[in-house]
Amino acid sequence: MFDGLQNKLQDVFSRLKGEGKVTPEALDAALRQIRLALLEADVHLRVVKPFIDRVRERALGQEVMESLTPAQQVVKIVRDELAALLGDEGTELRLDGRPAVVMLCGLQGSGKTTTAGKIAKRLKKRGKHPLLVAGDLQRAAAVEQLKQVGRGVDVPVIEPEPGESVVALGTRALGIARQRGHDVMIMDTAGRLHVDAALMDEIRRLAEAIQPVETLFVADSMTGQDAVKSAEQFAAALPLTGAILTKLDGDSRGGAALSIRTVARVPIRFVGIGEKSDDLELFHPERMASRMIGMGDILSLIEKAEKGLDGAETQRLAERMVNKQFTLEDLRDQLRQIRRLGPLASVLEMLPKVGPLKALDASQVDEGGLKKVEAIINSMTPQERNRPDVLNGSRKRRISMGSGTSVAEINRLLKQYKQMQKMMKGVQGKWLRRAMGGGAGMRG
Amino acid sequence: MAEKDPKKNDVLDLAPETRAPEEAPTEPAGFLKKLTRGLFMTHTELLEKMSSAMQGKVTLDERTFEYLEEVLIGADLGVETSLELVERVRRNARKEQVGSTERLRKLLADEITEILRDAPVPRRFHRGPLLTLVVGVNGVGKTTSIAKLTRRAQSEGQKVLLAAGDTFRAAAIEQLALWGERLGVEVIRQGQGADPGAVVYDAIHAARARGTDRLIIDTAGRLHTKDHLMAELGKVRRVIDREAKDWQVQTLLVLDATTGQNALSQARTFSQVVPIDGVLLAKLDGTAKGGMAVAVAKELRLPVLYLGVGEKADDMVEFRPREFAAALLG
Ligand SMILES: Nc1nc2c(ncn2[C@@H]2O[C@H](COP(=O)(O)OP(=O)(O)O)[C@@H](O)[C@H]2O)c(=O)[nH]1
Ligand SMILES: Nc1nc2c(ncn2[C@@H]2O[C@H](COP(=O)(O)OP(=O)(O)O)[C@@H](O)[C@H]2O)c(=O)[nH]1
Ligand SMILES: [Mg+2]
Ligand SMILES: [Mg+2]
Repeated sequence: MFDGLQNKLQDVFSRLKGEGKVTPEALDAALRQIRLALLEADVHLRVVKPFIDRVRERALGQEVMESLTPAQQVVKIVRDELAALLGDEGTELRLDGRPAVVMLCGLQGSGKTTTAGKIAKRLKKRGKHPLLVAGDLQRAAAVEQLKQVGRGVDVPVIEPEPGESVVALGTRALGIARQRGHDVMIMDTAGRLHVDAALMDEIRRLAEAIQPVETLFVADSMTGQDAVKSAEQFAAALPLTGAILTKLDGDSRGGAALSIRTVARVPIRFVGIGEKSDDLELFHPERMASRMIGMGDILSLIEKAEKGLDGAETQRLAERMVNKQFTLEDLRDQLRQIRRLGPLASVLEMLPKVGPLKALDASQVDEGGLKKVEAIINSMTPQERNRPDVLNGSRKRRISMGSGTSVAEINRLLKQYKQMQKMMKGVQGKWLRRAMGGGAGMRG
Repeated sequence: MAEKDPKKNDVLDLAPETRAPEEAPTEPAGFLKKLTRGLFMTHTELLEKMSSAMQGKVTLDERTFEYLEEVLIGADLGVETSLELVERVRRNARKEQVGSTERLRKLLADEITEILRDAPVPRRFHRGPLLTLVVGVNGVGKTTSIAKLTRRAQSEGQKVLLAAGDTFRAAAIEQLALWGERLGVEVIRQGQGADPGAVVYDAIHAARARGTDRLIIDTAGRLHTKDHLMAELGKVRRVIDREAKDWQVQTLLVLDATTGQNALSQARTFSQVVPIDGVLLAKLDGTAKGGMAVAVAKELRLPVLYLGVGEKADDMVEFRPREFAAALLG
């Protein structure tokens, strides 16, 4: 697993320590680490080189060379510079024209059709009445796919007639959209390789015919060095107004974002974070920058937590925890809250690997284990949950039957619960209390 | 080219004629400009520029090895693999006092070929029922690759049955069914949202009843980071282990050639859930080189078996290490 850049730089600077100052060797070694980190994040080589020069220039300034915490300083520079290069925050779609035409384009399998559904849903939430057009005449059952996607978000879909070209379809759909009073038309298109001259010409003609106000390049965030070529050539063929980076719910570092932004000069507008129709968010350059250098996406996590967690409930649990009244029932409620955020591994993956979280390994998390804990607690009586001391052999056997777990698993849970109680009393408790005290900032 | 001035050791200065046209004045100072200028040239072009500038002659200095490194990183082999390869080439090139770019390129190709050949030899399957499970992340080309594998099996005279195990993505079942129709093979399917394990169970029993030689199972795309989806795949695998005990079972991981470093993470996690026999590298018909397959072969000892080179059922070729290595550098 990729360690955060900060840890690596910390290593470098403490190994090559000068008299309280940063040595030139240390800075060089640090820059090498940054270069590697960026390349491992799939940032294009040609972007990395000048980037490193830039960071060197800034790092040579006093703030770093004289600093007692050079690693943090350098990371900050890297993050700032990355964020600056990544451009502005994503903006909502422009919807000029009646209908406003939004066209999606990109390579095969990048996520165009799924994204078309997500956009339709988002626009509906903005009070619009979109129309989807199934412009992929290439891939098997692509029209059927968009029809189902459209049904899922309750947006009508125009499908091609037999023998109809995509340009003819687009033009016809535009007429239908006008006639039926749709204010937005979302055009899905077939995936195509940027080197496929015939298909690139086709989409150019389609764009001329339907005159999109938004032409969006849909790109897979896992793309490697090739992102430069594909983005560049799509941008050369079409007047792109933005890019959408999909599949960011995985663990790719997303360096392709930087290649797309700097080469194709296309602003990144949205990110796809799942397969469902709600899984689309505006692009945030700072988060992307943090992700690229392995700092975790804590902001996304907080946002997710805000959406997924019940604020009052969290507050209540936190208070009980601090006051040491945290019962097994509270534990279960807390687990439920956490589970609502999504698969635990993906939640943990978003945390920066620093401080007390350093040892967390998301791949080691046992989701099934959590479900078992819930099942065990569910099978207890309220009295048992509040005072687990009463649990004797026969009660445990009953719970084991009821929850489909073993007595050993129940014992393990009880042991962990005891440890947790102890922890809350100790140093960790203080840390926790402080964290909770600052908890209001989480919502602010 | 031959001067030793370290300041000149900058690829961007190598070929001024490839510079991009001047920037619009609104661009932030010089930086983006420099970026674009660098980006204007790709590695292959670079290597060509390098060789033509040197008229086929090469000096074994740091700059040359740095170029090689960049060619490899640019082909998505990843930093670690690239550095290691260049290190090996450096040693051999110095030993035999290589003087031509051609020879240097050959040495590099040899090293790559060796890594690829070093992965375990794919299991040979004897005649008799063979079950192929096809897995991978979203949109890499699993379903299309199944059409290609089907066409191939048919050309060898096998009777094929397909199982529509992607019950999640919209119209995934219809997509496979359509391929089945085109290729004239039966597709075992249930409704959308059905338990993929149940589909696989049905398919195995149907294959048995019909005396099928080959059963190919499609699965939903899943990001390897999603535990619940990986657990679901594990369950499918257990159904296969239980219901097809007497069958030969093969699992293919489909990787997308345009994918970068993440391919390694994909291969690692998928292998932990299902034993992978080999990789099918799809979408090699674009400009992506698919170099991550080399890193995957090296680190996880997974052989590449097939290459996908288009969207049609015929667009698949068997993997040949030497040709692949040459294409990576060409
Ligand atoms: N995990 C994840 N999967 C996605 C995302 N966007 C699309 N997909 C999946 O990627 C695959 C290809 O998507 P599709 O819309 O068919 O791509 P298209 O060929 O470009 O139209 C499908 O399995 C989608 O469910 C995303 O943001 N996250
Ligand atoms: N150019 C090209 N496109 C491919 C290749 N293999 C698959 N595709 C396309 O990639 C997209 C996703 O393929 P699909 O088989 O549906 O992927 P799955 O989601 O993994 O099952 C489709 O548009 C396919 O036509 C290939 O080798 N070359
Ligand atoms: Mg599509
Ligand atoms: Mg599929």
